[in-house]
Amino acid sequence: MKLHRILAMFWRHIYLYRHSITRLVEIFYWPLLDLLVWGFVSLYISRLSGEGKSTPNFLGLFLGALILWDILFRSQQGISVSFLEEVWARNFLNLFVSPLTIGEYLVSLMLVAVFKVVVVFLISALLAWLLYSFNLFILGIYILPFMLNLIILGWAIGIITTGLILRFGQQAEVLAWGIAFLFQPISAVFYPVSVLPKFLQSLARIIPASYVFEGMRAVIFGRGFPTGLLVRAFSLNLVYLSLALFFFFLMFRQVRARGLLARMGE
Amino acid sequence: MTGSSLPVLEVKNLTKNYNSFQAVKGVSFELYPGEILGLLGPNGAGKTTIIHLLLGLTSPTSGEIRIFGLNPEKPRQREKILGRMNFSSTYVAMPYSLTLRESLQVFARLYGVKKARAKVEFLIEQFDLKEVADRPIRTLSSGQMTRLNLAKAFINDPEILLLDEPTASLDPDIADRTRTYLKEVKKSKNTAILCTSHNMQEMEEISDHLLFLNHGEIIARGTPQEVISRFRGEDLEDVFLKIAREARL
Repeated sequence: MKLHRILAMFWRHIYLYRHSITRLVEIFYWPLLDLLVWGFVSLYISRLSGEGKSTPNFLGLFLGALILWDILFRSQQGISVSFLEEVWARNFLNLFVSPLTIGEYLVSLMLVAVFKVVVVFLISALLAWLLYSFNLFILGIYILPFMLNLIILGWAIGIITTGLILRFGQQAEVLAWGIAFLFQPISAVFYPVSVLPKFLQSLARIIPASYVFEGMRAVIFGRGFPTGLLVRAFSLNLVYLSLALFFFFLMFRQVRARGLLARMGE
Repeated sequence: MTGSSLPVLEVKNLTKNYNSFQAVKGVSFELYPGEILGLLGPNGAGKTTIIHLLLGLTSPTSGEIRIFGLNPEKPRQREKILGRMNFSSTYVAMPYSLTLRESLQVFARLYGVKKARAKVEFLIEQFDLKEVADRPIRTLSSGQMTRLNLAKAFINDPEILLLDEPTASLDPDIADRTRTYLKEVKKSKNTAILCTSHNMQEMEEISDHLLFLNHGEIIARGTPQEVISRFRGEDLEDVFLKIAREARL
Protein backbone atom coordinates (compact mmCIF):
# COMPACT_ATOMS: atom_id res chain seq x y z
CA MET A 1 0.00 0.00 0.00
CA LYS A 2 1.31 3.42 -0.99
CA LEU A 3 0.08 6.49 0.86
CA HIS A 4 0.50 8.77 -2.19
CA ARG A 5 -1.90 6.64 -4.24
CA ILE A 6 -4.49 6.54 -1.43
CA LEU A 7 -4.19 10.33 -1.02
CA ALA A 8 -4.44 10.83 -4.79
CA MET A 9 -7.82 9.08 -4.75
CA PHE A 10 -8.86 10.93 -1.59
CA TRP A 11 -8.17 14.29 -3.29
CA ARG A 12 -9.87 13.14 -6.48
CA HIS A 13 -13.14 13.02 -4.51
CA ILE A 14 -12.48 16.13 -2.41
CA TYR A 15 -11.91 18.18 -5.62
CA LEU A 16 -15.46 17.20 -6.65
CA TYR A 17 -16.89 18.95 -3.61
CA ARG A 18 -14.84 22.09 -4.35
CA HIS A 19 -16.57 22.42 -7.72
CA SER A 20 -20.07 21.28 -6.89
CA ILE A 21 -22.28 23.04 -4.36
CA THR A 22 -25.00 20.42 -4.83
CA ARG A 23 -22.65 17.61 -3.75
CA LEU A 24 -21.55 19.66 -0.75
CA VAL A 25 -25.13 20.40 0.28
CA GLU A 26 -26.09 16.73 -0.12
CA ILE A 27 -23.67 15.71 2.66
CA PHE A 28 -25.76 17.68 5.18
CA TYR A 29 -29.13 17.33 3.46
CA TRP A 30 -30.16 13.77 4.37
CA PRO A 31 -28.98 13.76 8.02
CA LEU A 32 -30.76 17.07 8.60
CA LEU A 33 -34.01 15.83 7.07
CA ASP A 34 -33.86 12.58 9.08
CA LEU A 35 -33.24 14.57 12.23
CA LEU A 36 -36.23 16.84 11.57
CA VAL A 37 -38.71 14.12 10.58
CA TRP A 38 -37.85 11.63 13.31
CA GLY A 39 -37.45 14.39 15.91
CA PHE A 40 -41.02 15.59 15.26
CA VAL A 41 -42.34 12.00 15.20
CA SER A 42 -40.77 11.41 18.65
CA LEU A 43 -42.24 14.69 19.90
CA TYR A 44 -45.70 13.68 18.68
CA ILE A 45 -45.54 10.28 20.39
CA SER A 46 -44.21 11.67 23.67
CA ARG A 47 -46.93 14.39 23.69
CA LEU A 48 -49.63 11.77 23.23
CA SER A 49 -48.33 9.62 26.07
CA GLY A 50 -47.78 12.71 28.27
CA GLU A 51 -51.39 13.80 27.79
CA GLY A 52 -52.52 10.32 28.77
CA LYS A 53 -54.62 9.99 25.62
CA SER A 54 -55.52 6.56 24.31
CA THR A 55 -52.91 5.26 21.88
CA PRO A 56 -53.99 5.91 18.32
CA ASN A 57 -53.76 3.35 15.53
CA PHE A 58 -50.04 3.92 14.83
CA LEU A 59 -49.93 1.15 12.24
CA GLY A 60 -52.61 2.87 10.20
CA LEU A 61 -51.14 6.33 10.75
CA PHE A 62 -47.61 5.45 9.72
CA LEU A 63 -48.27 2.90 6.99
CA GLY A 64 -51.01 5.02 5.44
CA ALA A 65 -48.77 8.09 5.57
CA LEU A 66 -45.84 6.21 4.10
CA ILE A 67 -47.87 4.85 1.18
CA LEU A 68 -49.44 8.24 0.45
CA TRP A 69 -46.06 9.97 0.72
CA ASP A 70 -44.72 7.56 -1.88
CA ILE A 71 -47.43 8.78 -4.27
CA LEU A 72 -46.00 12.30 -4.14
CA PHE A 73 -42.43 11.02 -4.47
CA ARG A 74 -43.20 8.69 -7.43
CA SER A 75 -45.18 11.39 -9.17
CA GLN A 76 -42.24 13.80 -8.92
CA GLN A 77 -39.82 11.10 -10.04
CA GLY A 78 -42.10 10.09 -12.91
CA ILE A 79 -41.40 13.53 -14.34
CA SER A 80 -37.79 14.27 -13.46
CA VAL A 81 -36.26 10.78 -13.74
CA SER A 82 -38.07 10.09 -17.03
CA PHE A 83 -36.56 13.34 -18.33
CA LEU A 84 -33.12 12.29 -17.07
CA GLU A 85 -33.48 8.95 -18.87
CA GLU A 86 -33.50 10.85 -22.18
CA VAL A 87 -30.45 12.88 -21.16
CA TRP A 88 -28.49 9.80 -20.06
CA ALA A 89 -29.45 7.95 -23.26
CA ARG A 90 -28.37 11.00 -25.35
CA ASN A 91 -31.81 10.75 -26.98
CA PHE A 92 -32.87 14.25 -26.00
CA LEU A 93 -31.94 15.85 -29.32
CA ASN A 94 -33.81 13.23 -31.36
CA LEU A 95 -36.99 14.13 -29.47
CA PHE A 96 -36.64 17.88 -29.79
CA VAL A 97 -35.96 17.79 -33.52
CA SER A 98 -39.17 15.80 -34.03
CA PRO A 99 -42.61 17.47 -34.25
CA LEU A 100 -43.07 16.76 -30.52
CA THR A 101 -43.97 20.02 -28.73
CA ILE A 102 -42.84 20.89 -25.21
CA GLY A 103 -46.45 20.78 -24.03
CA GLU A 104 -46.93 17.28 -25.47
CA TYR A 105 -43.67 16.16 -23.91
CA LEU A 106 -44.70 17.39 -20.44
CA VAL A 107 -48.13 15.75 -20.69
CA SER A 108 -46.48 12.45 -21.66
CA LEU A 109 -44.24 12.70 -18.56
CA MET A 110 -47.29 13.39 -16.39
CA LEU A 111 -48.93 10.24 -17.77
CA VAL A 112 -45.78 8.22 -17.00
CA ALA A 113 -45.92 9.61 -13.45
CA VAL A 114 -49.56 8.52 -13.02
CA PHE A 115 -48.74 5.06 -14.36
CA LYS A 116 -45.84 4.68 -11.88
CA VAL A 117 -47.97 5.96 -9.01
CA VAL A 118 -50.83 3.53 -9.69
CA VAL A 119 -48.49 0.53 -9.98
CA VAL A 120 -46.52 1.40 -6.83
CA PHE A 121 -49.68 2.24 -4.88
CA LEU A 122 -51.40 -1.06 -5.70
CA ILE A 123 -48.30 -3.11 -4.84
CA SER A 124 -47.74 -1.19 -1.56
CA ALA A 125 -51.39 -1.51 -0.55
CA LEU A 126 -51.33 -5.26 -1.26
CA LEU A 127 -48.09 -5.78 0.70
CA ALA A 128 -49.39 -3.70 3.65
CA TRP A 129 -52.47 -5.91 3.76
CA LEU A 130 -50.52 -9.19 3.41
CA LEU A 131 -47.72 -8.34 5.85
CA TYR A 132 -49.45 -6.11 8.42
CA SER A 133 -53.17 -6.75 7.85
CA PHE A 134 -53.50 -3.04 7.20
CA ASN A 135 -56.26 -2.19 4.76
CA LEU A 136 -55.49 1.18 3.17
CA PHE A 137 -58.92 1.18 1.61
CA ILE A 138 -60.44 1.99 5.01
CA LEU A 139 -59.98 5.52 3.69
CA GLY A 140 -62.68 4.55 1.20
CA ILE A 141 -63.47 6.78 -1.75
CA TYR A 142 -61.62 9.62 0.07
CA ILE A 143 -58.38 8.09 -1.08
CA LEU A 144 -58.95 9.38 -4.63
CA PRO A 145 -58.88 13.14 -3.84
CA PHE A 146 -55.92 12.51 -1.49
CA MET A 147 -54.04 10.76 -4.30
CA LEU A 148 -55.00 13.35 -6.90
CA ASN A 149 -53.65 16.20 -4.77
CA LEU A 150 -50.38 14.40 -4.09
CA ILE A 151 -49.98 13.53 -7.78
CA ILE A 152 -50.48 17.17 -8.82
CA LEU A 153 -47.97 18.41 -6.22
CA GLY A 154 -45.52 15.72 -7.43
CA TRP A 155 -45.98 16.96 -11.01
CA ALA A 156 -45.31 20.56 -9.96
CA ILE A 157 -42.13 19.64 -8.04
CA GLY A 158 -41.01 17.35 -10.89
CA ILE A 159 -41.51 20.03 -13.53
CA ILE A 160 -39.54 22.62 -11.51
CA THR A 161 -36.75 20.08 -10.96
CA THR A 162 -36.68 19.30 -14.68
CA GLY A 163 -36.47 23.01 -15.51
CA LEU A 164 -33.50 23.35 -13.14
CA ILE A 165 -31.75 20.30 -14.64
CA LEU A 166 -32.36 21.71 -18.11
CA ARG A 167 -30.80 25.04 -17.10
CA PHE A 168 -27.93 23.87 -14.88
CA GLY A 169 -27.22 20.43 -16.38
CA GLN A 170 -25.68 17.49 -14.53
CA GLN A 171 -24.95 19.57 -11.42
CA ALA A 172 -28.68 19.73 -10.71
CA GLU A 173 -29.37 16.00 -11.31
CA VAL A 174 -29.20 15.29 -7.61
CA LEU A 175 -32.43 17.30 -7.18
CA ALA A 176 -34.35 14.57 -9.00
CA TRP A 177 -33.67 12.18 -6.10
CA GLY A 178 -33.93 14.47 -3.12
CA ILE A 179 -36.02 17.56 -3.71
CA ALA A 180 -39.36 15.99 -2.70
CA PHE A 181 -37.95 15.10 0.71
CA LEU A 182 -37.30 18.79 1.34
CA PHE A 183 -41.08 19.10 1.76
CA GLN A 184 -41.46 16.07 4.04
CA PRO A 185 -40.83 17.68 7.46
CA ILE A 186 -43.30 20.52 6.79
CA SER A 187 -45.84 18.28 5.03
CA ALA A 188 -46.63 16.76 8.45
CA VAL A 189 -46.60 13.29 6.94
CA PHE A 190 -46.22 11.30 10.19
CA TYR A 191 -47.43 13.87 12.75
CA PRO A 192 -49.96 16.72 12.88
CA VAL A 193 -49.00 20.26 11.88
CA SER A 194 -49.53 21.33 15.52
CA VAL A 195 -46.36 19.43 16.51
CA LEU A 196 -44.23 21.79 14.42
CA PRO A 197 -42.80 25.04 15.84
CA LYS A 198 -44.86 28.14 14.96
CA PHE A 199 -42.66 29.32 12.05
CA LEU A 200 -42.76 25.85 10.45
CA GLN A 201 -46.53 25.71 10.94
CA SER A 202 -46.78 28.85 8.78
CA LEU A 203 -44.72 27.16 6.11
CA ALA A 204 -46.82 23.99 6.34
CA ARG A 205 -49.93 26.05 5.57
CA ILE A 206 -48.62 26.81 2.09
CA ILE A 207 -47.74 23.16 1.36
CA PRO A 208 -50.73 21.31 -0.15
CA ALA A 209 -49.45 17.94 1.11
CA SER A 210 -49.87 19.04 4.74
CA TYR A 211 -53.66 19.36 4.20
CA VAL A 212 -53.75 15.90 2.61
CA PHE A 213 -51.99 14.25 5.55
CA GLU A 214 -54.10 16.16 8.08
CA GLY A 215 -57.12 14.94 6.11
CA MET A 216 -55.88 11.36 6.17
CA ARG A 217 -55.56 11.50 9.96
CA ALA A 218 -59.03 13.02 10.25
CA VAL A 219 -60.51 10.07 8.31
CA ILE A 220 -58.52 7.48 10.30
CA PHE A 221 -59.64 9.08 13.58
CA GLY A 222 -63.25 9.02 12.32
CA ARG A 223 -63.63 12.79 12.17
CA GLY A 224 -65.27 12.64 8.72
CA PHE A 225 -64.24 13.82 5.27
CA PRO A 226 -62.13 16.99 5.43
CA THR A 227 -63.66 18.85 2.46
CA GLY A 228 -62.24 22.22 3.53
CA LEU A 229 -58.70 20.88 3.82
CA LEU A 230 -58.84 19.24 0.41
CA VAL A 231 -60.26 22.35 -1.29
CA ARG A 232 -57.34 24.35 0.14
CA ALA A 233 -54.86 21.69 -1.03
CA PHE A 234 -56.39 21.62 -4.50
CA SER A 235 -56.36 25.43 -4.85
CA LEU A 236 -52.72 25.64 -3.79
CA ASN A 237 -51.84 22.79 -6.15
CA LEU A 238 -53.37 24.59 -9.12
CA VAL A 239 -51.31 27.69 -8.31
CA TYR A 240 -48.09 25.66 -7.94
CA LEU A 241 -48.67 23.65 -11.11
CA SER A 242 -49.25 26.87 -13.09
CA LEU A 243 -46.10 28.42 -11.60
CA ALA A 244 -44.11 25.24 -12.33
CA LEU A 245 -45.20 25.26 -16.00
CA PHE A 246 -44.37 28.96 -16.31
CA PHE A 247 -40.94 28.33 -14.76
CA PHE A 248 -40.25 25.38 -17.09
CA PHE A 249 -41.15 27.34 -20.24
CA LEU A 250 -38.98 30.25 -19.02
CA MET A 251 -36.02 27.91 -18.46
CA PHE A 252 -36.59 26.27 -21.85
CA ARG A 253 -36.52 29.65 -23.60
CA GLN A 254 -33.32 30.65 -21.81
CA VAL A 255 -31.64 27.33 -22.51
CA ARG A 256 -32.57 27.52 -26.19
CA ALA A 257 -31.23 31.07 -26.57
CA ARG A 258 -27.92 30.06 -24.95
CA GLY A 259 -27.54 26.99 -27.16
CA LEU A 260 -27.54 24.68 -24.12
CA LEU A 261 -30.35 22.48 -25.44
CA ALA A 262 -28.09 20.89 -28.02
CA ARG A 263 -25.28 20.42 -25.52
CA MET A 264 -27.62 18.56 -23.17
CA GLY A 265 -28.56 16.13 -25.92
CA GLU A 266 -25.09 15.16 -27.07
CA MET B 1 -29.25 24.45 -57.83
CA THR B 2 -31.76 22.36 -59.65
CA GLY B 3 -33.42 24.15 -62.51
CA SER B 4 -36.52 26.16 -61.85
CA SER B 5 -37.70 24.59 -58.54
CA LEU B 6 -38.07 26.77 -55.48
CA PRO B 7 -35.71 26.38 -52.53
CA VAL B 8 -37.02 24.32 -49.60
CA LEU B 9 -34.63 26.09 -47.29
CA GLU B 10 -33.55 29.74 -47.37
CA VAL B 11 -31.09 31.32 -44.98
CA LYS B 12 -30.46 35.07 -45.08
CA ASN B 13 -27.78 36.93 -43.12
CA LEU B 14 -27.92 34.40 -40.30
CA THR B 15 -25.92 35.42 -37.23
CA LYS B 16 -25.56 33.71 -33.88
CA ASN B 17 -23.68 35.29 -30.98
CA TYR B 18 -22.88 33.65 -27.68
CA ASN B 19 -22.14 36.72 -25.56
CA SER B 20 -19.18 38.36 -27.32
CA PHE B 21 -18.36 35.26 -29.42
CA GLN B 22 -19.77 35.21 -32.95
CA ALA B 23 -20.37 31.56 -33.87
CA VAL B 24 -22.12 32.35 -37.18
CA LYS B 25 -21.61 35.63 -39.07
CA GLY B 26 -24.10 36.75 -41.70
CA VAL B 27 -24.44 33.40 -43.49
CA SER B 28 -26.80 33.15 -46.49
CA PHE B 29 -27.56 30.12 -48.63
CA GLU B 30 -30.37 28.10 -50.19
CA LEU B 31 -31.11 24.42 -50.47
CA TYR B 32 -33.15 22.99 -53.33
CA PRO B 33 -35.11 19.73 -53.67
CA GLY B 34 -32.91 16.91 -54.93
CA GLU B 35 -29.69 18.70 -53.95
CA ILE B 36 -26.93 17.56 -51.59
CA LEU B 37 -25.24 20.56 -50.03
CA GLY B 38 -22.02 19.85 -48.15
CA LEU B 39 -21.14 22.02 -45.16
CA LEU B 40 -17.39 21.97 -44.64
CA GLY B 41 -14.95 23.66 -42.34
CA PRO B 42 -12.50 23.10 -39.51
CA ASN B 43 -13.66 22.42 -35.96
CA GLY B 44 -15.40 25.49 -34.54
CA ALA B 45 -16.18 26.90 -38.00
CA GLY B 46 -19.90 27.08 -37.19
CA LYS B 47 -21.24 24.02 -39.07
CA THR B 48 -22.99 22.42 -36.10
CA THR B 49 -24.37 25.78 -34.90
CA ILE B 50 -25.96 26.28 -38.33
CA ILE B 51 -27.56 22.83 -38.14
CA HIS B 52 -28.83 23.57 -34.61
CA LEU B 53 -30.25 26.89 -35.81
CA LEU B 54 -32.05 25.15 -38.67
CA LEU B 55 -33.49 22.59 -36.25
CA GLY B 56 -34.64 25.34 -33.90
CA LEU B 57 -32.47 24.01 -31.07
CA THR B 58 -31.13 27.52 -30.62
CA SER B 59 -32.47 30.87 -31.72
CA PRO B 60 -30.68 33.20 -34.16
CA THR B 61 -29.32 36.53 -32.94
CA SER B 62 -30.32 38.05 -36.28
CA GLY B 63 -31.14 36.99 -39.81
CA GLU B 64 -33.86 34.87 -41.29
CA ILE B 65 -34.54 31.18 -41.81
CA ARG B 66 -37.38 29.97 -44.00
CA ILE B 67 -38.06 26.25 -44.37
CA PHE B 68 -40.81 25.28 -46.83
CA GLY B 69 -41.56 29.02 -46.69
CA LEU B 70 -42.31 28.76 -42.93
CA ASN B 71 -40.58 30.39 -39.97
CA PRO B 72 -39.10 27.84 -37.50
CA GLU B 73 -39.05 30.50 -34.77
CA LYS B 74 -42.85 30.34 -34.58
CA PRO B 75 -43.84 27.26 -32.54
CA ARG B 76 -46.79 26.16 -34.71
CA GLN B 77 -44.77 26.55 -37.91
CA ARG B 78 -41.81 24.78 -36.31
CA GLU B 79 -44.02 21.76 -35.58
CA LYS B 80 -45.11 21.61 -39.25
CA ILE B 81 -41.54 22.00 -40.50
CA LEU B 82 -40.13 19.27 -38.25
CA GLY B 83 -42.75 16.80 -39.43
CA ARG B 84 -41.35 17.16 -42.96
CA MET B 85 -37.64 17.03 -42.16
CA ASN B 86 -35.30 14.85 -40.13
CA PHE B 87 -31.84 14.78 -38.63
CA SER B 88 -29.12 12.29 -37.90
CA SER B 89 -25.92 12.78 -35.96
CA THR B 90 -23.20 10.41 -34.88
CA TYR B 91 -23.14 12.24 -31.54
CA VAL B 92 -26.75 11.44 -30.65
CA ALA B 93 -27.89 8.07 -29.32
CA MET B 94 -31.17 6.40 -28.42
CA PRO B 95 -32.73 4.83 -25.30
CA TYR B 96 -30.31 2.11 -24.18
CA SER B 97 -32.85 -0.36 -22.83
CA LEU B 98 -35.21 -0.38 -25.80
CA THR B 99 -34.58 -2.74 -28.68
CA LEU B 100 -33.70 -1.24 -32.03
CA ARG B 101 -37.14 -2.18 -33.41
CA GLU B 102 -39.00 -0.65 -30.42
CA SER B 103 -37.00 2.54 -30.73
CA LEU B 104 -37.85 2.93 -34.42
CA GLN B 105 -41.51 2.26 -33.62
CA VAL B 106 -41.46 5.08 -31.05
CA PHE B 107 -40.12 7.48 -33.67
CA ALA B 108 -42.63 6.25 -36.24
CA ARG B 109 -45.38 7.20 -33.75
CA LEU B 110 -43.75 10.57 -33.00
CA TYR B 111 -43.73 11.41 -36.72
CA GLY B 112 -47.23 10.01 -37.25
CA VAL B 113 -46.01 7.55 -39.91
CA LYS B 114 -48.78 5.60 -41.63
CA LYS B 115 -48.18 1.85 -41.95
CA ALA B 116 -45.48 2.30 -39.29
CA ARG B 117 -44.72 -1.41 -38.88
CA ALA B 118 -43.98 -1.88 -42.59
CA LYS B 119 -41.86 1.28 -42.66
CA VAL B 120 -39.81 0.12 -39.67
CA GLU B 121 -39.22 -3.29 -41.24
CA PHE B 122 -38.20 -1.68 -44.54
CA LEU B 123 -35.63 0.54 -42.81
CA ILE B 124 -34.27 -2.35 -40.74
CA GLU B 125 -33.71 -4.22 -44.01
CA GLN B 126 -32.36 -1.19 -45.85
CA PHE B 127 -29.72 -0.42 -43.23
CA ASP B 128 -28.74 -4.05 -42.71
CA LEU B 129 -29.96 -4.14 -39.13
CA LYS B 130 -32.10 -7.29 -39.24
CA GLU B 131 -29.78 -9.40 -37.10
CA VAL B 132 -29.74 -6.86 -34.28
CA ALA B 133 -33.33 -5.59 -34.56
CA ASP B 134 -34.45 -7.20 -31.30
CA ARG B 135 -31.29 -6.45 -29.35
CA PRO B 136 -31.19 -3.68 -26.73
CA ILE B 137 -29.56 -0.56 -28.11
CA ARG B 138 -26.85 -0.62 -25.41
CA THR B 139 -25.42 -3.76 -27.03
CA LEU B 140 -24.99 -2.19 -30.49
CA SER B 141 -21.58 -1.32 -31.90
CA SER B 142 -20.92 2.30 -32.86
CA GLY B 143 -21.36 1.40 -36.54
CA GLN B 144 -24.73 -0.23 -35.86
CA MET B 145 -25.73 2.81 -33.79
CA THR B 146 -24.86 5.14 -36.68
CA ARG B 147 -26.98 3.01 -39.02
CA LEU B 148 -29.86 3.08 -36.54
CA ASN B 149 -29.60 6.89 -36.42
CA LEU B 150 -29.74 6.99 -40.21
CA ALA B 151 -32.72 4.62 -40.27
CA LYS B 152 -34.49 6.93 -37.80
CA ALA B 153 -33.71 9.89 -40.06
CA PHE B 154 -35.63 8.25 -42.93
CA ILE B 155 -38.65 7.21 -40.83
CA ASN B 156 -40.88 10.05 -42.12
CA ASP B 157 -39.58 10.14 -45.71
CA PRO B 158 -38.19 13.63 -45.04
CA GLU B 159 -38.17 16.29 -47.73
CA ILE B 160 -35.13 17.83 -46.02
CA LEU B 161 -32.50 15.77 -44.28
CA LEU B 162 -29.82 17.27 -42.04
CA LEU B 163 -26.88 14.95 -41.51
CA ASP B 164 -24.05 15.59 -39.08
CA GLU B 165 -21.13 13.27 -39.92
CA PRO B 166 -23.44 10.56 -41.30
CA THR B 167 -20.79 7.94 -42.04
CA ALA B 168 -18.41 8.49 -39.11
CA SER B 169 -17.60 5.15 -37.43
CA LEU B 170 -18.96 3.08 -40.33
CA ASP B 171 -16.73 0.54 -42.04
CA PRO B 172 -15.86 1.37 -45.69
CA ASP B 173 -18.42 -1.10 -47.07
CA ILE B 174 -21.38 0.20 -45.05
CA ALA B 175 -20.21 3.81 -45.54
CA ASP B 176 -20.21 3.24 -49.30
CA ARG B 177 -23.69 1.66 -49.19
CA THR B 178 -24.94 4.62 -47.13
CA ARG B 179 -23.57 7.10 -49.67
CA THR B 180 -25.22 5.13 -52.48
CA TYR B 181 -28.51 5.14 -50.56
CA LEU B 182 -28.29 8.91 -49.99
CA LYS B 183 -27.71 9.49 -53.70
CA GLU B 184 -30.61 7.19 -54.56
CA VAL B 185 -32.99 8.93 -52.14
CA LYS B 186 -31.97 12.31 -53.44
CA LYS B 187 -32.76 11.16 -56.98
CA SER B 188 -35.87 9.07 -56.44
CA LYS B 189 -37.58 11.16 -53.76
CA ASN B 190 -36.10 14.54 -54.60
CA THR B 191 -34.90 14.86 -50.99
CA ALA B 192 -32.81 17.91 -50.15
CA ILE B 193 -29.82 16.96 -48.01
CA LEU B 194 -27.55 19.22 -45.95
CA CYS B 195 -24.58 17.28 -44.77
CA THR B 196 -21.47 17.94 -42.67
CA SER B 197 -18.49 15.62 -42.74
CA HIS B 198 -14.76 15.61 -42.18
CA ASN B 199 -14.39 12.95 -44.86
CA MET B 200 -13.41 15.14 -47.83
CA GLN B 201 -13.43 12.30 -50.34
CA GLU B 202 -17.01 11.54 -49.38
CA MET B 203 -18.07 15.18 -49.65
CA GLU B 204 -16.43 15.44 -53.07
CA GLU B 205 -18.30 12.32 -54.18
CA ILE B 206 -21.83 13.06 -52.96
CA SER B 207 -22.17 16.86 -52.81
CA ASP B 208 -23.71 18.86 -55.64
CA HIS B 209 -22.59 22.05 -53.96
CA LEU B 210 -20.36 22.97 -51.05
CA LEU B 211 -20.25 25.74 -48.49
CA PHE B 212 -16.82 26.21 -46.93
CA LEU B 213 -17.03 27.83 -43.52
CA ASN B 214 -14.31 29.37 -41.43
CA HIS B 215 -14.74 31.36 -38.20
CA GLY B 216 -18.51 31.40 -38.75
CA GLU B 217 -18.32 32.86 -42.28
CA ILE B 218 -18.74 31.30 -45.71
CA ILE B 219 -15.37 31.67 -47.41
CA ALA B 220 -16.14 29.63 -50.51
CA ARG B 221 -19.12 28.14 -52.26
CA GLY B 222 -19.78 26.24 -55.47
CA THR B 223 -19.48 22.74 -56.87
CA PRO B 224 -16.64 20.63 -55.44
CA GLN B 225 -14.62 21.27 -58.62
CA GLU B 226 -15.17 25.03 -58.41
CA VAL B 227 -14.01 25.11 -54.78
CA ILE B 228 -10.93 22.99 -55.57
CA SER B 229 -9.99 25.24 -58.52
CA ARG B 230 -10.52 28.43 -56.53
CA PHE B 231 -8.03 27.36 -53.87
CA ARG B 232 -5.71 25.75 -56.43
CA GLY B 233 -5.83 22.45 -54.57
CA GLU B 234 -5.33 18.94 -55.83
CA ASP B 235 -8.53 17.75 -54.21
CA LEU B 236 -10.95 18.77 -51.47
CA GLU B 237 -8.72 17.38 -48.73
CA ASP B 238 -5.85 19.56 -49.96
CA VAL B 239 -8.15 22.61 -49.90
CA PHE B 240 -9.36 21.75 -46.42
CA LEU B 241 -5.81 21.45 -45.09
CA LYS B 242 -4.81 24.81 -46.59
CA ILE B 243 -7.80 26.57 -45.05
CA ALA B 244 -7.60 24.88 -41.68
CA ARG B 245 -3.87 25.58 -41.32
CA GLU B 246 -4.23 29.21 -42.39
CA ALA B 247 -7.02 29.59 -39.86
CA ARG B 248 -4.83 28.33 -37.07
CA LEU B 249 -1.87 30.62 -37.88
